[in-house]
Amino acid sequence: MKRQKTGLESSFSFFDLLCEEIVFSILDFLDENPLDKKSFSLVCKSFYAIESRHRKTLKPLRSEHLTKILNRYSSVTILDLSLCPRITDVSLNVISSSCKEMLRSINLSRSKIFSHVGLSNLVMNCANLVEIDLSNATELKDLAASAIAEAKNLERLWLVRCKSITDIGIGCIAVGCKKLRLLSLKWCLGVGDLGVDLIAVKCIDIRSLDLSYLPITNKSLQSILKLQHLEDLVLEGCFRIDDDSLAAIKQGCKSLETLDMSSCPNVSHVGLSSLTIGTGSLRQLILSYGSPVTPALADSLQKLSVLQCIKLDGCQVTCSALMAIGNHCVSLRELSLSKCLGVKDEALSFLVTKHKDLRKLDITCCRKITHASIAQITNSCTSLTSLKMESCTLVSGEAFVLIGQRCQFLEELDLTDNEIDDEGLKSISRCSDLSSLKLGLCLNVTDEGLILIGSRCSKLKELDLYRSAGVTDSGILAIARGCPGLEMINIAYCKEITDNSLISLSKCPKLNTLESRGCPLVTSLGLAAIAVGCKRLMKLDIKKCHNIDDTWMIPFAHFSQNLRQINLSYTSVTDVGLLSLASVSCLQSMTIVHLKGLTARGLEAALLACGGLTKVKLQSSFRSLLPKALFEHLEARGCVFQWRDKMLQAELDPKCWKLQLTDME
Amino acid sequence: MDPDERQSAKAWTPSGNDVLKNLSMDNQSFIDFGLQQKWEDCSYLGYQSRIEQGFSKFSHQSENSSSVDGSSNSQSKIQGRQDSRMQEASNSNKMPDWDPKGMLSNLSFLEQKIHQLQGLVQLIVGRRGQVENQSNELLVQQQQLIIADLTSIIVQLISTAGSLLPSAKHTLSSVSPYVPQFRQFGGSMVPSGTNASSGGGLPQNTVNKVEDQSQEIDLTGHHGTEQNFAVEEHEMKDEDDGEEGENLPPGSYEILQLEKEEILAPHTHFCTICGKGFKRDANLRMHMRGHGDEYKTPAALAKPHKESSSEPALIKRYSCPYVGCKRNKDHKKFQPLKTILCVKNHYKRTHCDKSYTCSRCHTKKFSVVADLKTHEKHCGRDKWLCSCGTTFSRKDKLFGHIALFQGHTPAIPMDDSKGSAGTSDGLQSSEAVNKIEQLDFSAQSNIPSGSCFENVMDGKGSVDDPVNYFSPLNFDPSNLSGYQEFPRPSFEDSESSFSFLLSGSAQYDQKSGRYSGPVI
Repeated sequence: MKRQKTGLESSFSFFDLLCEEIVFSILDFLDENPLDKKSFSLVCKSFYAIESRHRKTLKPLRSEHLTKILNRYSSVTILDLSLCPRITDVSLNVISSSCKEMLRSINLSRSKIFSHVGLSNLVMNCANLVEIDLSNATELKDLAASAIAEAKNLERLWLVRCKSITDIGIGCIAVGCKKLRLLSLKWCLGVGDLGVDLIAVKCIDIRSLDLSYLPITNKSLQSILKLQHLEDLVLEGCFRIDDDSLAAIKQGCKSLETLDMSSCPNVSHVGLSSLTIGTGSLRQLILSYGSPVTPALADSLQKLSVLQCIKLDGCQVTCSALMAIGNHCVSLRELSLSKCLGVKDEALSFLVTKHKDLRKLDITCCRKITHASIAQITNSCTSLTSLKMESCTLVSGEAFVLIGQRCQFLEELDLTDNEIDDEGLKSISRCSDLSSLKLGLCLNVTDEGLILIGSRCSKLKELDLYRSAGVTDSGILAIARGCPGLEMINIAYCKEITDNSLISLSKCPKLNTLESRGCPLVTSLGLAAIAVGCKRLMKLDIKKCHNIDDTWMIPFAHFSQNLRQINLSYTSVTDVGLLSLASVSCLQSMTIVHLKGLTARGLEAALLACGGLTKVKLQSSFRSLLPKALFEHLEARGCVFQWRDKMLQAELDPKCWKLQLTDME
Repeated sequence: MDPDERQSAKAWTPSGNDVLKNLSMDNQSFIDFGLQQKWEDCSYLGYQSRIEQGFSKFSHQSENSSSVDGSSNSQSKIQGRQDSRMQEASNSNKMPDWDPKGMLSNLSFLEQKIHQLQGLVQLIVGRRGQVENQSNELLVQQQQLIIADLTSIIVQLISTAGSLLPSAKHTLSSVSPYVPQFRQFGGSMVPSGTNASSGGGLPQNTVNKVEDQSQEIDLTGHHGTEQNFAVEEHEMKDEDDGEEGENLPPGSYEILQLEKEEILAPHTHFCTICGKGFKRDANLRMHMRGHGDEYKTPAALAKPHKESSSEPALIKRYSCPYVGCKRNKDHKKFQPLKTILCVKNHYKRTHCDKSYTCSRCHTKKFSVVADLKTHEKHCGRDKWLCSCGTTFSRKDKLFGHIALFQGHTPAIPMDDSKGSAGTSDGLQSSEAVNKIEQLDFSAQSNIPSGSCFENVMDGKGSVDDPVNYFSPLNFDPSNLSGYQEFPRPSFEDSESSFSFLLSGSAQYDQKSGRYSGPVI
């Protein structure tokens, strides 16, 4: 592609013949890798101009350059500022004056510096705003809400954790933004029944409503349920809603498709059945961390004829209840029983025989189930695409062979902390669609199994080998060769891993997350190879890789321009290495605890040089060594400091992690 | 009979005939008496100020207080109406357990005193004749002395006469079980009153309300405690035109129509003796007690309607004098008013100018003071504001309003942006309290000045005033325990000891009125 373009450029008169629409449609195909568009725009001035006009979405890292980039990208409609920690009123003024009516969506979810003045300016100038995310703007008050209310075309609004907004502000929004379809008021603790009630009265187009953790009662719930188009309702942690208050509800919401009542311990099957009267189209029901699941609850689900998904995470479950669910619910597609107490072989086996269409099953931490359950699951639910069974420690190794034999459509498989061995892996390698495989704490897994996985599961994107001590370079090599689309790999505490693994992983161009904690054999050489090969690397964790020093830093800082997050604790990196990181302009989060070669002056210089830092974890001894003014300056730039006062820990045997987990039962 | 008093009476007797010659002696006795009087007033005050005291002591004090009341009684005697009433009173108050011997000695004492009085009056008459011969100054001095003597004798007469009547004691003690209860009301009110300036004034208003109610209930029977709450001149608002639902067939009731002037008069009940006006007949009855023991009988203190209720009396309803008003009897759909108070409030609200302006918002106007007070309690607290300008005292009312109307939005108060809404609110409310205080105070101080006791004097003034120096009622209220914390409005000095005597009873009313009202 690139070569073609350079060919065109040499005879630019030809290029003039290409109309803009054609180039635009070419550019539409360059979505996969953000760097492609960059290269395109660097070809020539006209390409640059075309690319500028083509771009619709911007996600800048720094607010300082907003003026420039907004001048360049004149047709931006979606502005995601969630990576900028400090958007001020000035920045908002810049945005509003340059984007004007073009802007349709803005995400301000990470900064709390701006005020109602900037918002009001933004809303006035950008009349076509459809989507605003103001999450975490904890300082915003009702005045800001009334400013938002001027956005008459607003359809989607997130106000998560806007704790200072009260009913009055929500009332303004309800009256002003009549076209609202999605509203999230999660953690808006100042909002009560009155505000929510008014939303239900005024914004009749609402499709999705998140009222998690609001102190609302059945008063406002009644009017919410009268909304004609409501599809998605989240009532997580609404502690004031209980059976008694729900009893007053005569008619549930007909259009409701998803209902989340997790963490509502006061709502039992009684309340649920009154809430679901007439809700014929309910597809998804989330009752996690609620009252115990009883057969009566299962009975109340009987009326929900199109129910497809039930999540009962963390609930107390009885055998009879599970059997009742098996008998009463038709054609479940998704079932989550993670961390449920009381799930046993008998009930689970019965349940899965009734729901043969299950696509997703989560039985994480159902510690009592054994081989029998897995045999039944694999026998009936052959079309499973996702199976999560972390810490099902009683399941024997043979069961995993069955998984590979019978569930060949699996895309996601979480076998963390299980007894799976190479035989099992060999069988699982038949699941050619597998994209995510988690084998953390699987001590019986060796290279042999991994080589088979690598050779057959070419679609693998995510591989977790945390503390799977049997894995060495050859296994990783096979994965790196067989899975070119690998995006995330965790080889933490696989002590046999050397630079060779990293060198082979550097052939995976899409790798964005590499965790190689506690791999003592890994050196700067391997990391340098990663830096050169994996340009999209965003997260790097090399904690406790003692042999890593400054030498990799210079190529790394040069090539890995996308790095956002790095953990350098317990490595041999010094001032020089840290300082060279400053050229990584995307770097936002840095953890540097127990760096022996680090001095206060070096740290100071590095902190000052890394302009985009938002989060830094430091050893608490530096707190007194560095000047206060420095911290104040950095905090003003939007950086948050976390202090760690941990002593050096002796490395634990990987097996003791397993023992600890089993002891917990 | 107090031994003290008897002693002073003995000391007095020899000097009785020649008062002018034995001045020093007389003075002594007067001072004695004065001291005793002081003690009496002390206890009297104790009764008023609701200092917790024993049961028996309480009744004892009330006896004393009745004797003081008698002093004003003797005043009216001079006006020439006394004797017959005295007899009536003593007749009507015969109690089984009185001591005939003591009575006899008391009566002889009274006889003595009356003789002394006669002598004194003769002396005055004699002096009138010699006016031309003497210099003015001397005359004035002598007259003062005579008047002082006269006063002391009268007081002694009254106190003795009072002790002849055991009935007062019994009427009071019969109701006293209710007293502690009401004392608690008062007790809770007093601190709130004194703390009012520090912002605790809000509960006080409610206390006043409660008090009002207790007063209402009280009127029926517990007249003895009445004085605790006597004159809170605060009209009940809810008595207004509240008989909408009443469906009396026309003709089944008697229609009364008051004239406009009558309606607008500040008082409806007047004392037949001194002419003082009252808004409530209960208050008048309380006042009447000061005019003599005959007004202290249960019959006299009882609500007049009670007595007549035994007969099938015609129901009284009232008509508004304003022609064309629905409340006017000539109106087609005439709806009568239930009570005189209803008439008053209706007439003021509907047909009068709204002359009372709220001192806080300066916009709301009222024609009835009680309405203004009610409003001022809430004024400024309507913080829930709609974009249309309507204010609401309750948030849910605002939201109901907004839900109902298209295009109305909750308005955000301006101080919200400054971020200190809480503190400014607090300031406002304390301001409000102060204002209400002031208003209450002025209302209170207006009442006595509007009454016929305009010339009531301050007790303090009497000390400085040589005219009243020898007056046996010459007590200094500043010495009295528990009283000095209540500042009182200053009154004009009276010129004669007689008026002072009267003022004693008037002040009594006033004190209790002051007491029930908020104190600044």
